[in-house]
Amino acid sequence: MDAGLLWVDKHRPNSLDKLDYHPDLTAHLKSLCASGDFPHMLVYGPSGAGKKTRIACILRELFGAGASKLKVDPRVFETPSKRKLEIQVTSSNYHIEINPSDVGNQDRIVIQDLLKEVAQTQQLDASAQKRFKVVVIHEADLLTRDAQAGLRRTMEKYMGNLRIIMCCNTTSNIIGPIQSRCLLVRVGAPTEAAMVEVMQRVVKKEHCGPLPDSFAKRLAQDSGRNLRRALLMLETAKVQRQPFAEDQAVPRMDWEDFIKHSAVNILKSQNADTLLTVRGNLYELINHCIDPPTILKTLAKELVARIEKDEIKMKVIQEAAFYEHRLRIGNKAIFHLEAFVAKVMHIYKKYKVRFGVPLLGKGGTTGETGTGQRKNEGEE
Amino acid sequence: MASSFFAKRQPGPSNAAALAAQAAANKPWIEKYRPKTMDDISSQEQAVAVLKKTLESQNLPHLLFYGPPGTGKTSTILALARDIYGPEMVNSRVLELNASDERGIQVIREKVKNFARSTVSTNTSDHSVPPYKIIILDEADSMTADAQSALRRTMETYSKLTRFCLICNYVTRIIEPLASRCAKFRFRPLEEHHSKSRLELICLQEGVQISPEATLSLIRLSDGDLRKAIMFLQSASRLVGKGKEITVEVVSDVAGTVPESVIDGLEACWHTRDYNKISTEVTFAVREGHSAARILTQLHERLLRNDALTSLQKARMAEAFGDMDKALNDGADEELQLLNMMSRVSAIAA
Ligand SMILES: Nc1ncnc2c1ncn2[C@@H]1O[C@H](COP(=O)(O)OP(=O)(O)OP(=O)(O)O)[C@@H](O)[C@H]1O
Ligand SMILES: [Mg+2]
Repeated sequence: MDAGLLWVDKHRPNSLDKLDYHPDLTAHLKSLCASGDFPHMLVYGPSGAGKKTRIACILRELFGAGASKLKVDPRVFETPSKRKLEIQVTSSNYHIEINPSDVGNQDRIVIQDLLKEVAQTQQLDASAQKRFKVVVIHEADLLTRDAQAGLRRTMEKYMGNLRIIMCCNTTSNIIGPIQSRCLLVRVGAPTEAAMVEVMQRVVKKEHCGPLPDSFAKRLAQDSGRNLRRALLMLETAKVQRQPFAEDQAVPRMDWEDFIKHSAVNILKSQNADTLLTVRGNLYELINHCIDPPTILKTLAKELVARIEKDEIKMKVIQEAAFYEHRLRIGNKAIFHLEAFVAKVMHIYKKYKVRFGVPLLGKGGTTGETGTGQRKNEGEE
Repeated sequence: MASSFFAKRQPGPSNAAALAAQAAANKPWIEKYRPKTMDDISSQEQAVAVLKKTLESQNLPHLLFYGPPGTGKTSTILALARDIYGPEMVNSRVLELNASDERGIQVIREKVKNFARSTVSTNTSDHSVPPYKIIILDEADSMTADAQSALRRTMETYSKLTRFCLICNYVTRIIEPLASRCAKFRFRPLEEHHSKSRLELICLQEGVQISPEATLSLIRLSDGDLRKAIMFLQSASRLVGKGKEITVEVVSDVAGTVPESVIDGLEACWHTRDYNKISTEVTFAVREGHSAARILTQLHERLLRNDALTSLQKARMAEAFGDMDKALNDGADEELQLLNMMSRVSAIAA
């Protein structure tokens, strides 16, 4: 039955004892689970660092194997305006998981309904090791301010039989009063060495070794210390070539290559035609459901890697930060992505003129830059 | 089948008391050590004294409590209510509506009406219990201006039967006509010696050993927010285990402080214009999972202490910090924002 699973899921540790890295953190979590007064928790760290896995292990440590028996049920909530919302809710007998991004702006209502319901129920299983149930809120940094404000007093009032574990990439968006009601648990990305160890263990269990350490190390580096990503790449690499080779190419996502080509294009010629082509590419990426901030960030990194002068690198990254911010508060992603590209073309062209680098392509850029920005301003 | 998870609570009379006792022992310290009476409230002498005085006169005005998180606002009103009504009656005489409840105009009006009307079972033998009920609107700053202005009428209509207590962090978010109907009480960040004695009390009762320097850094790191300090204390004591002493290092660990080495690395970049160096330091900090907002706060402390920079440079750098804070608040990408801020700052400082 395991055959269909991806390696990332198949070899996911399912108890605190089996967790691979951050042994100090694991020990801390273990002693928290053993003590009676388990607090609310805010688990944060970069993606692919293993936050979700750790939370699942905590639940198992608290409640035993029953916490891993998950079921998914559709549940219906009603907004004050009598609109019905149907949401898939994952739960076990001991805990329930919710994802604010499934709920959108109505997250306060859904979360409050669920919390109140949970708080009014008790552990059916009298032998359960803990008196409380747990509500896991994934992507808690996406919670609206309204929903966060709603959690404050709830977290205090229902402390008797309810604990909340929030999981997020950053605490910057979590309001202070919530942070002070939680134990902050930072899960940093594993070191490259730790990642190599994990990969070696997986390869051993899959009997498809040997895996040259140098190749594993490259996977770790290229994944940006994101273990989930590294394991996915490892599995792809296995399909591409067996046995593994030291000089094997690191598998890349096709959308990443696509962005790389756009970056190369932008630096090759800065004119209306290129802008048009790049815009087409951007549209395609958006249509393939690549998250626009990720597109912008990846593009910026590809650009910066290909620019020599520090001063220009910095200018480009500053524009990237500016437009990524705009993109988050605006509505139409394409405007901001395109404006960013136009701006970069403008910066790069000016630089080439100043340093006498021969101009490639044809036509001026000022006009196009203007177009991109005007659109962008119309949108705000 | 969600039924097992959502099965209704069965009142079990046989072991209810035992359960209650166990629940108390299992409460995290921030709840376990919530002040039970007005006398337990530390540091807010002024507010407490005035409140006690008003109690004697039997005529409580509407109240507005404001101040930063974890300074005792909610605790004070709960303790006050208990002092007024005694532990048995407090539940029937106090209605709490907080940001988790639906607080549209209509709903508030309805709830207040029903609550105010339900007759106060006046116990004639007991003259110490005042005739009015109390309605607590906690986290009132998250109510819309419309709901707030509708509240004015409601407050007046039922003024014989009810007293309102509004609680918020930012008094400016309460509309003036509403605020002017209330006696205002400002809750200040706890003074160091008050936090200290409260923490020492907890340490004594829980058998926690902590070095004096660690207590001090606990207080410093929590900025007068006693709840935060207690939370840190509890996790620090779990981290070191029973019978061992809590040190300064443990405290900064549980407080999520970014290690000095990371901050050093970033500060060193200010004086270069080397993009790759900036990028290496930023990427490392982000991968380790440190919060960009924290990094910003700690870098800001470094900025203030840095003697090599002119006032003009500092001002311009502070501007970059401010922009970043705003962007983070809007949910912008932490890594890009750090890269942006660092490259701007390095252009100013180098
Ligand atoms: N002045 C105080 N005296 C004693 N304990 C306090 C005081 N202030 C805060 N605490 C401690 O912090 C906890 C939280 O306090 P409280 O709920 O009253 O804060 P608050 O001011 O309502 O905060 P928020 O604005 O976040 O709602 C209490 O349970 C108590 O342990
Ligand atoms: Mg409060």
